[in-house]
Amino acid sequence: MSGFVAIWPGQASAYSGQVDTLILAFTILIIALSAPVFILMLVFAIKYRRGKPADRKHPVNQRVGLEISWALIPFVLILVFFVWSTDLFFELHTNPVDALEIDVIAKQWMWKFQHPGGQREIDEVHVPAGEPVKLTMASQDVIHSLFIPALRIKQDLVPGRYTSLWFTADKPGSYALACAEFCGAEHSSMGGRFIVMTPTDYSAWLEQSTVDSSLAEQGAALFRSRGCSGCHGPSATVHAPSLEGLYGSPVPLEDGQVVTADEQYLRDSILLPQSQIAAGYPHIMPTFKSVLSEEEVLKLLAYIKSRAGKGGPQ
Amino acid sequence: MSDLATSDHYGRTADDGGVSETGTQRQSYLRAGHTLRSWLFTTDHKRIAILYLISITTFFFIGGAAAALMRADLLTPQGDLLSDEGYNRAFTLHGVIMVWFFLIPSIPNTFGNFLIPLMIGARDLAFPRLNLLSWYIYMLGGLFTVYVLITGGVDTGWTFYTPLSSMFSNGNVVIAATAVFVVGFSSILTGLNFIVTVHKLRCPGMTWGRLPLFVWSHYATSIILVLATPVLSITLVLIAAERLFGLGIFDPKLGGDPLLYQHLFWFYSHPAVYIMVLPALGVVSELIAAAAHKPIFGYWFVAGSSIAIAIIGFLVWGHHMFVSGQSMYASAIFSLLSLVVAVPSGIKVYNWTATLYKGHISLDPPFLFAMGFVGLFVVGGLTGLILAMLAIDVHVHDTYFVVAHFHYIMVGGTVSAFFGALHFWWPKMIGRTYSLVWGRISAALIFLGFNLTFFPQFILGYLGMPRRYHSYDPSFQVLHVFSSSGAVILGAAYLLPFAYLFYSMRCGAPAEANPWDARGLEWTVPSPPPRENFETIPVVTRPPYDYPVEREGGDD
Ligand code: HEM
Ligand SMILES: [Cu+2]
Repeated sequence: MSGFVAIWPGQASAYSGQVDTLILAFTILIIALSAPVFILMLVFAIKYRRGKPADRKHPVNQRVGLEISWALIPFVLILVFFVWSTDLFFELHTNPVDALEIDVIAKQWMWKFQHPGGQREIDEVHVPAGEPVKLTMASQDVIHSLFIPALRIKQDLVPGRYTSLWFTADKPGSYALACAEFCGAEHSSMGGRFIVMTPTDYSAWLEQSTVDSSLAEQGAALFRSRGCSGCHGPSATVHAPSLEGLYGSPVPLEDGQVVTADEQYLRDSILLPQSQIAAGYPHIMPTFKSVLSEEEVLKLLAYIKSRAGKGGPQ
Repeated sequence: MSDLATSDHYGRTADDGGVSETGTQRQSYLRAGHTLRSWLFTTDHKRIAILYLISITTFFFIGGAAAALMRADLLTPQGDLLSDEGYNRAFTLHGVIMVWFFLIPSIPNTFGNFLIPLMIGARDLAFPRLNLLSWYIYMLGGLFTVYVLITGGVDTGWTFYTPLSSMFSNGNVVIAATAVFVVGFSSILTGLNFIVTVHKLRCPGMTWGRLPLFVWSHYATSIILVLATPVLSITLVLIAAERLFGLGIFDPKLGGDPLLYQHLFWFYSHPAVYIMVLPALGVVSELIAAAAHKPIFGYWFVAGSSIAIAIIGFLVWGHHMFVSGQSMYASAIFSLLSLVVAVPSGIKVYNWTATLYKGHISLDPPFLFAMGFVGLFVVGGLTGLILAMLAIDVHVHDTYFVVAHFHYIMVGGTVSAFFGALHFWWPKMIGRTYSLVWGRISAALIFLGFNLTFFPQFILGYLGMPRRYHSYDPSFQVLHVFSSSGAVILGAAYLLPFAYLFYSMRCGAPAEANPWDARGLEWTVPSPPPRENFETIPVVTRPPYDYPVEREGGDD
């Protein structure tokens, strides 16, 4: 990584090593497949130059067996790599249980991060080494893309839906993070630092960051101040579903479908309440789309999630 | 070789071609009328091709000027030349102009227009007036683009992703979308015209199995033009409507979906890259056969691979969306299909190599451009396979790796083929020969300048430099300086041919009908061809690429 010109990016996870191995191996394959073309073209161009005497007797200009073999053999070799790479990709998209969950909110032109303990950061995120981390990501305006080269990963943040990304960083250090999807005027300055700390340093860092309350507590406060509890609270008189134990449970909808109350469902219920109506409830929930920011919605979700195992929704 | 020998290969007798009718030398298409009017209202496919050649190369240099600005800006990490807005507008215009006003129309509208009727033994395209109309439509689209350019530009990237383009951009999105919408009609009309022409106007004896590969590739391209372009047009209308009236199709606040836009856009734009590259593949097949003086190895495989590329090309759009949040199963399927589409391209490259085997290879400029094409196209294609590998694409998507990859395909590929075609058919089109030495020099310079410009970008991308960045981390600077220096060479090398080609128009020696001793009906008519191409419609009796063959046993 040091010296006059860097030609290989640093690695901060075991996964990044696997991606590097894949690309190196694949590069060798494609060099092997293309070298004959480069070499033979040059050799032929010299050997069979017009006017130069050479043996030019050849059988025919069509050989089906040859054609089929040079189409199929490279293809089969490439398929091996397809399986390898797809397997790695699926690994990247299979969330581990019990990951540390960090929220990411992108907006023109900054990155905001919220830790479960309530710590918030801008353009910088601290994570513990050796522990799986899951990022739940939302965009407040246009499409952005979180790119962490040292982990060899990136994922778009699409307004209106949550995307996620997970990794286990294992090498403490400070790495670049960037926005990779063109997002307007200051796109190129939408970067920051990705800081991997040893678990002890990380807890020390959590300690010394000033926060009054955890994300779920902040969500609980919003739940009251924004008037959610007026309908969904224990003492509400309005006929609205209780949010206790809702997260992760199945919800029958008015139109007969049954959906799982995941993060996306909860977000949509808050911001676009008329799109999916829970069966048996009146259409009275107002939309909060111009009231709540993505950060606030994520706080509310943290609160709702914290009530997950607490009594059934009925 | 003499013209007579050529006529011979098509079973023509000495007096049914224009060549031998010395007494009444027919007037060349260039001389049939001198007034501006006679050019602007012409329905001659050859003149229309020249109109396109002039307008398309003009756009090429406008787009190139934007590239030069960007490369100059990228010399320093903080980008001292342009503001961030200025940079964004520069790459958007560079992209819009290069894609829609250069790459897509380049080879089909100039060389396709000029050559298809000549190659299939027809007097013109099926719909000559429609052909003229499509040039006017192209120019109208061009005017909109120029309007956008002088009123400050757009800042969305040529992909116009929503909601950036529909709600947040403060550039001239609606006019830019209109420009692209308009130029799309020109593509559709040209595609239709080619399809009908190839079906209806082939001369007697010109069976499908005797079509030059250039015509096959244009046939495949036309199918994509006709089927895919309307999708783009609809998408652009939706963007404009969304922006003007807040329809909400792509706006998540109104229940819309930004990913829907990407699906629609790439459903067109991925096949569109084959619109850019298929005609180039056709050109190169012609150049290689002529240079090797041998029939193309495996004619049917090469012809069929064009059609296969056109069809499979419709099934791979999702490989632009691996990190967009689409389902991972969809991604896996798109990844697989993207690898499949590499097979027909691979077939062509291997077949070209086999064609050279035991040929009589001439190292004239057209062949050097073709060799340059193969080198760059192979690198571009294979890095495309790298991008189709899911786990790797996640890392390099939207970085300079992608910028390098598509420049290898589109610039290294299509532009090299465009120059190759220009050098091959120039004597036919203009009736003059140019300096072969300068031609060789510029082919070599383009190849060198190209690699110096774009190879470092593969490394930059893998290092983590995102694309569309006006400023960057100082650790990337050395590679950017390499790239910008290469761009200086490349820019000069692109200008060079215009100097000596222009010079040849006045001072070049008159070209023979068949200066390369190539096969194909276009070489049987005088250079430049007469207004009506063929005095009597030729009759073809021999296969294409009917070069003398030195077989074992020597039957020829
Ligand atoms: C000297 C030659 C060229 C140079 C130095 C050059 C340079 C560049 C640069 C710096 C970018 C912006 C990359 C980014 O930030 O994402 C770019 C983008 C692009 N270039 Fe070129 N380019 C050249 C020629 C061409 C040609 C000949 C074509 C097509 C015929 C072309 C097509 C494109 C396209 C489609 C884009 C994408 C624009 C976008 O990101 O929206 N380029 N080029
Ligand atoms: Cu961004």
